[in-house]
Amino acid sequence: MTSLFEDGKNVPCTVIEVEPNVVTQVKTVGTDGYGALQVGYGFRKDKRTTSALKGHFKKAGVESKRKLVEFREKGDYASFGDLANGAVLSVSDVFAEGEYVDVIGTSKGKGFQGVVKRHGFAGVGQATHGQHNRLRAPGSVGACSTPARVFPGMRMAGQMGNERVKVQNLRVLKVDAANNLLVVSGAVPGPKGGFVQIEK
Amino acid sequence: MDAIINLVRDGFNKRIEHPEFKGGDTITVEYLITEGAKTRPQKFQGVVLQRSGTGATETFTVRKMSGNVGVERIFSFSNPSITSIEVNKRGVVRRARIFYIRELTGKKARIKEKRMK
Repeated sequence: MTSLFEDGKNVPCTVIEVEPNVVTQVKTVGTDGYGALQVGYGFRKDKRTTSALKGHFKKAGVESKRKLVEFREKGDYASFGDLANGAVLSVSDVFAEGEYVDVIGTSKGKGFQGVVKRHGFAGVGQATHGQHNRLRAPGSVGACSTPARVFPGMRMAGQMGNERVKVQNLRVLKVDAANNLLVVSGAVPGPKGGFVQIEK
Repeated sequence: MDAIINLVRDGFNKRIEHPEFKGGDTITVEYLITEGAKTRPQKFQGVVLQRSGTGATETFTVRKMSGNVGVERIFSFSNPSITSIEVNKRGVVRRARIFYIRELTGKKARIKEKRMK
């Protein structure tokens, strides 16, 4: 993350490298039951591409791509119909300054975490006055013989992070077509150098 | 990724050159403030407590005594609304971050001035 200044105000922002995406498949209601655009991104060695995927790329007439992502057609969207396989979408084709986008990524994995970190619990009681082993404990998880079970969805310790996260309504601050860069306000999920999906 | 970082640093997130100063120095920061539709310059003079961060996000903290109340302001080096920074005094301090000055008042809060050759 870095920051830009607008009228003397510091706007925290993230720079995202957006190399041109290549259309690999256009799905339509007629053929697939729903409208969507499948795009490929990045480089994948042919040696590391499965035969099934190779066929898919060959059909579209594009080189093997590292990532394949599908964008569903939204209600108010113009149809993707005018885009054909192999069409190249660069940053400036899709995004403009001042627009709002959603960014989807995989959050940084934090491992198996307790309830204090994972759910913001306050822990139990005091550290002193005879307390023992309870400082970061979850406390009660429910009543006794009625209902005689723990309700599903009870917040407990477990894996934190490393999950799909969508951050909504990030403002596009800059579009740099020459360097394939996109600057959005705020933070996006995932580590530095991670892959994200940007939706309008 | 380093290439992008350099690109961002040299491109749209350029640092503005200011005179060199560090913790313990007394500086005057002149910056533009917007009140409604009008913009006017304002000065803030005080002791630098710390410099923090690197590159485009580097900031510095200035502390001054306004009557009996300490006032601290954090400025960003790359903020274009800072019109000028003037170094008034070079102070002799033994550390880069002089937070201990917050607890001191009166004669104890003085910082010795560095002798220039």
